[in-house]
Amino acid sequence: MKRAHKLTLTQANNYLASYMEYLNVKIKKNEMKKSLVALGMVISMMTPSMMNAQKVNCKVKGSDTCLPLSQKFAEVYGNKNPGSGISVIGGGSGVGLSALISGTTDIAQSSRKMKISEKMKMTDAGKSVKEVIIAYDALAVIVNPSNPVSKMTREQLEGIFTGRITNWNQVGGSNMKIIVYSRETSSGTYEFFKEHVMDKKNFVNSALLMPATGAVVQSVSQTKGAIGYVGLAYVEKSVKALNVSYDNGKTYVTPNVANAKSKKYPITRPLYYYYLTSASAKLNSFVSFILSSEGQKIVLAEGYIPVS
Amino acid sequence: MILKKTIERFSEGILFTSSTVTTVAVLFIVIFLFKSGISLFKASPIEDGYSMALNSNNPVKKLTSSQVKDIFNGDIINWKEVGGKDQEIQIFTLDELSAVYTEEQMGPNFELLSSCVEDYVSKNENVITFIDNRYYPKHFSGYLLKMPPISFKEFFLGREWYPTATPAAQFGALPLILGTLWVTLLAILIALPIGLITAIYMAEIASERARRIFKPVIELLAGIPSVVYGFFGLVVLVPAIQQLFGLPVGETALAGSIILAIMALPTIITVSEDAIRATPVSMKEASLALGASHWQSVQYVVLPYAKSGIMAAFILGVGRAVGETMAVLMVTGNAAVMPHSFLEPVRTIPATIAAELGEAPFGGTHFKALFALGIILFIITFIFNSLVEMIKSKNNQ
Repeated sequence: MKRAHKLTLTQANNYLASYMEYLNVKIKKNEMKKSLVALGMVISMMTPSMMNAQKVNCKVKGSDTCLPLSQKFAEVYGNKNPGSGISVIGGGSGVGLSALISGTTDIAQSSRKMKISEKMKMTDAGKSVKEVIIAYDALAVIVNPSNPVSKMTREQLEGIFTGRITNWNQVGGSNMKIIVYSRETSSGTYEFFKEHVMDKKNFVNSALLMPATGAVVQSVSQTKGAIGYVGLAYVEKSVKALNVSYDNGKTYVTPNVANAKSKKYPITRPLYYYYLTSASAKLNSFVSFILSSEGQKIVLAEGYIPVS
Repeated sequence: MILKKTIERFSEGILFTSSTVTTVAVLFIVIFLFKSGISLFKASPIEDGYSMALNSNNPVKKLTSSQVKDIFNGDIINWKEVGGKDQEIQIFTLDELSAVYTEEQMGPNFELLSSCVEDYVSKNENVITFIDNRYYPKHFSGYLLKMPPISFKEFFLGREWYPTATPAAQFGALPLILGTLWVTLLAILIALPIGLITAIYMAEIASERARRIFKPVIELLAGIPSVVYGFFGLVVLVPAIQQLFGLPVGETALAGSIILAIMALPTIITVSEDAIRATPVSMKEASLALGASHWQSVQYVVLPYAKSGIMAAFILGVGRAVGETMAVLMVTGNAAVMPHSFLEPVRTIPATIAAELGEAPFGGTHFKALFALGIILFIITFIFNSLVEMIKSKNNQ
């Protein structure tokens, strides 16, 4: 079960695939995985020779951005170590972290750093947490390939997405209305873009909110004045990714895996696993699998940026 | 004999139970909808457990939720704009706290945090804070800002829909209500003439052979999942509209309306064709016998007779259009702006609910607001269905 966008050959495919993701097929996948894991457990019980394999039974909960990645980790790890039961649940970074605090999950997957208030809750409960960066994720700002604009500063992006800049000729392009595409408000990508690029300001209310990343790519590819943002893995030939500057136009950086890895590309965020220090012995085998070269190969294959 | 009676009783019991269960389930859903939706008007637009505070010397004592949004958005930067002194507004949250105070000052386990808040607010007259309730000191010298709950006016006439804006979410449903009505209205204008013409053709003019080809195709239209319509709309219709009208963007109310019209057509055609066919042959024959042509008979006898059936068909079609979600979600662009023309993006109520309910925290204000939208939708469809019933009963008389 590859991640949706890896299956794409055409835009249509891409669209439908990520649309299914939107329809929470991921949850079904997850259930399926659980039953597979259960099956695996039954089989391993019947075959004593496998009993000495390492077993990790745990729950991973939180960010939807991490979801496909964690599912793949759980799947590959489960295949390698029969008898392990790793269930992966989405719900958003905040949900995962609060579940960790209340003790209803073993690992919280998060696309943001733990907030000071969450740390305080942990301290209140007398627990300490370990933080592990499992991968990085980069967002690319995309425009229609016919658009002459190929670079932009963060300030210009903020102006465009908050609605202060409305015409491409204000940012060195032709006289054309800017059409802003965004993800739906429920998306973690939406939150990340808002915080990291727009200085926490709100999107212009005429922004077109698309239900899936594939839809953003599709719409930007067929709308001349369009601008949108998608995960790096979704960038393809039908759209153009902009070079971005976070230092007022001194240096512009191309969004690609190499630049994201070296942290030259600014719109990058780490993806975290949080777990209790007291549980680290139990989870050690799973976490070190993720950080191993094999685990990081999965990261790359799924379209994220490896840690090392 | 006894066995027969027992079996009869038993089946009656099953019939009774199933209809009771259905009724109770429907009632339960309606009650749940109204209960969750109406509680919106007791909810605060501020996230639960958080409060905002001002310096006690600040003459501003009241802020509306849209003012709060503009302040945190950087659109209002001076207290003068909201009736205060000529001072720049300074926003202060826990994130800024760690930039001002050292870990030592906050204490190793943050136990001194509330005194830091006290210290900062009392020293800075132009500050507005947005902090977890627990970190305000017990004897706080600042002024805690109280936000009134969301009012009917704000919800029904508000023009801004920012359900996830922090600290003050905006729940202005007017653009969504208008968006829904606009898309539906245009869909009716497109679907009604086409549907009616096709129905007349199929019932009166088409040869048996032509009918045998057309009928299954039209019925096939009803069986296509709405996601497929939406996908077709996004890939084919949206670029076509964009080019045809020379628009900067093709995701428009028009695209949604056309898709909805296509989706409503099978219902309109099938039901009105049945109504037209239900005209007694004797009436038609009488008309023809009086020397009227075929077309005159259709115009003056058949159509007036089938009028109420056609109305019912049309309203049933519209009913489907109002509540349709997926196709519209994909082609209308979903920008929550007040619609000015059919060639602009709109956001409809069903699309909003579908897109946002998944991530809205259970029981939160956003969640309640989506249920309130559900009530509006419920009322719209309820009105349409009542109209159908009224027309039907009129027909029976």
